[in-house]
Amino acid sequence: MAFRNYILVCGGTACESSRADQIYQNLLEECKAQGVADEVQVVKTGCFGFCEQGPIVKILPEDSFYVKVKPEDAKELISEHVIKGREVTRLLYDKESSRKHAKVEDIKFYQKQFRIVLRNCGFIDPENIDEYIAREGYQALEKALFEMTSEDIIEELKTAGLRGRGGAGFPTWMKWNFSRQVANDTKYVVCNADEGDPGAYMDRSTLEGDPHSVLEAMTICGKTIGAHRGFIYIRAEYPLAIHRLEIAMKQAREYGLLGENILGSGFDFDIEIRLGAGAFVCGEETALLQSLEGKRGMPQPRPPFPAVKGLWGKPTVINNVETWANIPVIITKGGNWFNKIGTADSKGTKVFALTGKIRNSGLVEVPMGTTLREIIYDIGGGIAHDKKFKAVQTGGPSGGVITDESLDTPIDFGSLIRIGSMMGSGGMIVMDEDDCIVDVAKFYLNFSVDESCGKCAPCRIGGRSLCNILEKITVGNGTLQDLDTLESIGEAMKKGSLCALGQTTPNPVLSSIKHFKEEYLAHIVDKSCPSGTCKKLITYSINAEKCIGCTACARKCPVAAISGERKQVHIIDQSICIKCGVCMETCKFGAVEIH
Amino acid sequence: MSDNNEFTFSPQLVAFIKEWKTKPGNLIMVLHRVQQEQGYISREAADQVASLLDVPLATIWGVVSFYHFFKLTKPGEHNIQVCMGTACYLKGAQAIIDELDKQLHLPVGAVTEDGIFSLEAVRCVGCCGLAPVMTVGGEVFGKVTKDQVAGIIAKFR
Repeated sequence: MAFRNYILVCGGTACESSRADQIYQNLLEECKAQGVADEVQVVKTGCFGFCEQGPIVKILPEDSFYVKVKPEDAKELISEHVIKGREVTRLLYDKESSRKHAKVEDIKFYQKQFRIVLRNCGFIDPENIDEYIAREGYQALEKALFEMTSEDIIEELKTAGLRGRGGAGFPTWMKWNFSRQVANDTKYVVCNADEGDPGAYMDRSTLEGDPHSVLEAMTICGKTIGAHRGFIYIRAEYPLAIHRLEIAMKQAREYGLLGENILGSGFDFDIEIRLGAGAFVCGEETALLQSLEGKRGMPQPRPPFPAVKGLWGKPTVINNVETWANIPVIITKGGNWFNKIGTADSKGTKVFALTGKIRNSGLVEVPMGTTLREIIYDIGGGIAHDKKFKAVQTGGPSGGVITDESLDTPIDFGSLIRIGSMMGSGGMIVMDEDDCIVDVAKFYLNFSVDESCGKCAPCRIGGRSLCNILEKITVGNGTLQDLDTLESIGEAMKKGSLCALGQTTPNPVLSSIKHFKEEYLAHIVDKSCPSGTCKKLITYSINAEKCIGCTACARKCPVAAISGERKQVHIIDQSICIKCGVCMETCKFGAVEIH
Repeated sequence: MSDNNEFTFSPQLVAFIKEWKTKPGNLIMVLHRVQQEQGYISREAADQVASLLDVPLATIWGVVSFYHFFKLTKPGEHNIQVCMGTACYLKGAQAIIDELDKQLHLPVGAVTEDGIFSLEAVRCVGCCGLAPVMTVGGEVFGKVTKDQVAGIIAKFR
C-alpha cells in the first residue's frame, strides 16, 4: 500500500443525511492539522449497507469498523488510530457480543452475505474511475469488444442463467437475443432506475456506490445487440445518484470508454440521463418507455415486446440496475462461475433492502437459496426491541406477507411465488406483533390505487373498491360478506388488468386474508383491532386502581374529554374522546389502558 | 391565477428549453428544469413552455398532472417532506404528520398562512435505516420522534 492508512467514509444517502460529509471534511482537516496528510488517504465510498449503524467509517489496513461516528470524532480517530495505532474502542461495533468486534468479517451482518452487485460499494470512491478500473473495472468491456462476438456474449449470459432483477425474473440473455435478431439500424439500451417500491433502495445504493458498473454493462449490451444509444431513466428524487452518474459518464468519456470509437474498436455508444417524475407505474417497462418519450406513463399492451418494438418503435433492451451490475462480473469471470451460485431455479445473488421492525436495517446481498430466517435472524439480528415476529413482506406493494412457517424456504423467484409472495425488486419489510395486518394491507392498497394510471378498469375501479372495503373494516363497519368480495374482486383484477401493477395490486390483501384470517375476523366480528392500531376500534380508559388523580391527563387532553377532581379517579368520556393517545403518553402511573 | 404580471423565464431557462426543443422526449426534462427554477409549474409557466416547445397546453397539463413530482401550487419557503414509505409508515410516520398539523395547523398538501412552511407526504426517500424520516428544505432528519418535531421546525423559523 502506498499509504499508511486508508480511511473509508460511507457516502450513501442515509449516512450523508447523518452528516457523513462533515465527517469526511473533518478527517481531511485533521490529517492536515496532525501532519499525516501525506500518509493517509481519506475516501468517500458508496453505501456499506449497514445503514442501521451509520454513519460508518472503516480504516484499512486494520479493517477497523467504526459505527455511529460523529463529525467531532475525527480528531480522535486520527490522533489515536492513525498516529498511535490504538483503535478507538468506544466507536467500534460492539452490539452483538461481549467481545469488541473490530473486523468486518467478524460482524454477523456481513457473514452470510455474498457480494457481486455490491462488490465495489463501500470499497471504492465512486467519483474516481481509476478506483473502479483498479478492481477489474472495464475489463469486461474490453473482453466484449475485442475477444467476443455478440453470439459469445449471449451464450455467456445463457450459461450464467441470469434472470432480470426488476421483479419478473425474465432470462436476460433471451431479452438481449430478441433485440439482437431484429434487423434495425437504430436500437436502444435502457437502464430502469425508477425504483419506486416504498421501502427499497437497492438500485439507488448501487448507482451511488458503483455507477461505472452500470455504464460498462450497458455499453456491452450496446455492442451485443447493435445499439449506439442508451438511456438511464432515474428517479428525480435520487440527486446523489444522478450526480455520481454524471461524473462517471464524464470520466468514462475522457478515458475513451464511452462515446465515439470506444477503446479504438470503432464501436460508438453513448448514454444520456433522463429523469422520472414520481410515478410508480413507470417501473413497468412499457410505461417507462412512454415516459422516456415525454408522455404520461401509461402501460401498453404486450406484445409487441420492447425488445422487438420499444422506444420510438425501435428494438429496446430494458434492464434494471441490479441486472446491469451483474453483467461485467459474468463477462469477466464467465457464465460457469456465476451459474454455480444460487439455486436450480435462480442463479447468482439478490440484494434486499431489509427494513421495518428489524434490529439491523440495511442493504444485504445474499446468494439465491438463502432462507428468510437466515436473512432476518442471522443477518438482520432478529426483531427490534425483543418483540415477536409477525410477518415479512417481500415484493413491496406487489408482494404478499410471509409468515413464520415459511421462513425456512430457500428463496428464489419460484419459491417465493409458491409461498404466496414474489421476489419483486428487493424490498423486505419485517413486521412485528404491534403491526395490524389489515392496516398494512390498506397502506399498500392506498399506495397502489394512488399509483394506478387509470387506463384499464380492473385496476382503476377494482383497486378503489378494495380500498373502500378495507377502510370499512378498519373503522368497524365490516361484514363477513366483505371478505368474499375482497377475494372475488382481487381475483378479477389479477386476471383482467393490463399490466403488472393492476395484476399484483390485490396481492397484499389476498395473502393477508389467507394467513391472518382471524385478524380480519377480529375487526369484522369482534370490532376490535388486536394490535391496537385501528383507532376507531380501540378505547382508552382509566384504571381506577392506578389513577392517583394528578390531573395531568385532563390538562393535556386536547378535547377536554377527561373529567375528575384532584386526587380523585379520572374518567374518559367516550363520546368526546378522539383517541389521540395523549393521555396514555402523559400518565406516569400506567393508569390509562387501551382495549 | 395570481401574479401573472411580467411573467418571464430566466435567460438560462429559455436557453435550456431551446437546446432541448429538438430532442425527442424532451417535455419531462424541460418541466423538471422549470420546476427547479420556479418551485412549481404555474399555469403561466405551462403556457410559456407550450409556446416555446410548440406543443399544445393540454399535452403539458396531461403530463404535469400525471406525475407526482410536479407541483401545481407554490410551496412554502421551507418545504417539509414526511416519508410515507413502508418502513417509515410502520415506525410512526403518521404520528409525525399529525404532530406537524397540530403544531403548524398544516395538513398534507397545504402551505402555512405566512408562506413559510408547506407539507408533503412523500414516497420512500430511500433512508429506510433511519425510519421514520422527515426532510425540511432538503435537510434530512432521521429516527424522528413526535417530541422532536417542534424543535426541528423551530430551527427554520
